[in-house]
Amino acid sequence: MKKTPLCHVHEALGGRMVEFGGWYMPVQYSSIIEEHNHVRTKCGMFDLFHMGEFWLTGPDAMKNIQKLVTQDIEALSDRQIAYTPMCRPDGTIVDDLLVYRWTDTEFMLVVNASNELKDFDWINHQLEGNVRLANESANTGLIAVQGPNAEALLQKLTRQRLKSIKFYWFTAGKVSGIDCIISRTGYTGEDGFELYFNAEHTEYLWNVITEVGKEFDIKPIGLGARDTLRLEARLMLYGNDLNDTTTPIEANMAWTVKFAKGQFTASEILKHQKENGTERILVGFEMGKGPAPRHGYPIFKSGKQVGEVTSGTMSPTLKKNIGLGYVPQSLKEIGSTFDVEVRGKTYPATVVETPFYKREGNK
Amino acid sequence: MKFSKEHEWVKLEGNTATIGITDYAAHQLGDIVFVELPNKGSKFEVNKVFGTIESVKTVSDVYAPMSGEVTEVNDELDANPALVNEDPTGKGWIVKIKISDPKEYDQLLDEAAYKATCE
Repeated sequence: MKKTPLCHVHEALGGRMVEFGGWYMPVQYSSIIEEHNHVRTKCGMFDLFHMGEFWLTGPDAMKNIQKLVTQDIEALSDRQIAYTPMCRPDGTIVDDLLVYRWTDTEFMLVVNASNELKDFDWINHQLEGNVRLANESANTGLIAVQGPNAEALLQKLTRQRLKSIKFYWFTAGKVSGIDCIISRTGYTGEDGFELYFNAEHTEYLWNVITEVGKEFDIKPIGLGARDTLRLEARLMLYGNDLNDTTTPIEANMAWTVKFAKGQFTASEILKHQKENGTERILVGFEMGKGPAPRHGYPIFKSGKQVGEVTSGTMSPTLKKNIGLGYVPQSLKEIGSTFDVEVRGKTYPATVVETPFYKREGNK
Repeated sequence: MKFSKEHEWVKLEGNTATIGITDYAAHQLGDIVFVELPNKGSKFEVNKVFGTIESVKTVSDVYAPMSGEVTEVNDELDANPALVNEDPTGKGWIVKIKISDPKEYDQLLDEAAYKATCE
């Protein structure tokens, strides 16, 4: 199992360590619900060293990234970020990732830890022309600071004017003397930042943020709360809601597929799916009191299995059971009902608007 | 009070055994969000699954530490499953059963022996 530079820190903090995507990571420090609520109301910090960071550079980098992913990277400004699926020719998703546009010849890609090697091989095999792909994951530290107090906290540590960094934009600057990529992104549904830096500074930055964060009531947050936070915000988890068999249209992510940019991998098939519909589509649903929906539970309609739950939890913010799952198109409308089978019994579920949780105000 | 290897506790009063999960188990599970209780009147053999406890992250079976018939279930857990975290050996009790074989009580662990299994 791989360990992050903060492994001993998590253990000293009382983190309960588990295996996640080949990494030894803290699932919780105190209580998942407490940590979840803390990020929604104050702020929390996450060790995300396990995430993969690739650099794609060279005169032909733009041409290649435009072909690889479904978002329109040419339409971004420098220092803007896109969340995007990366598809195979049949439209299935290799991974969902962030593309950081430094210039029109230089991009940083942030990929899921569990897909790091698969993604690297996939991209490497697709590349054409004068372009270079480098895997910098082992050298790159990543700490996320998320929650309403995140900006005020980090502003104490940097001269960069954080207020002027908009959501899904980034800048380069020093945080407590360390060169960082300061990115206004996150996986929680709250405002916040993700800091990338040379991995050797990981423990230093963690400690500085912990120390300065005291007055902002910062707490370390484990993967358990990270999962409930992202699910309330309907942020996809690869391996659950997306995998090697799902397409962005099936996942109801057509907004990430920019047909206007011209041809790209799977553009024809995805266009066909968008225009004609797919058999199954990902919806969000709520369930009444009772067991929480969970990954893999079957979905029934009129006694027949028609789909599957991909993610589910008791929502700490909404205090009800919420989930995502693939269902036939006939059940996608808000208010549609179906049953979820839990340990041999079925419980009613209703399709609702997503995201389940949306923070007030927009950055 | 006696304990099972599966982390249940049993308090025996006459023929009635009150059953719950241990402090250790409640702490390991984390925030408990749902307890699936058996029906009153249902019968269970020792070591058979008679309920389920869900925390945010996990789903765990609860095993009958003794054989018997369910006479009472803790309905308060429906509205407030977190009682199992807050007071696992008190307000967070799960069921009461009419035991069918008092000898099974002797098979259970005392506190010291149970604690040794948790290390």
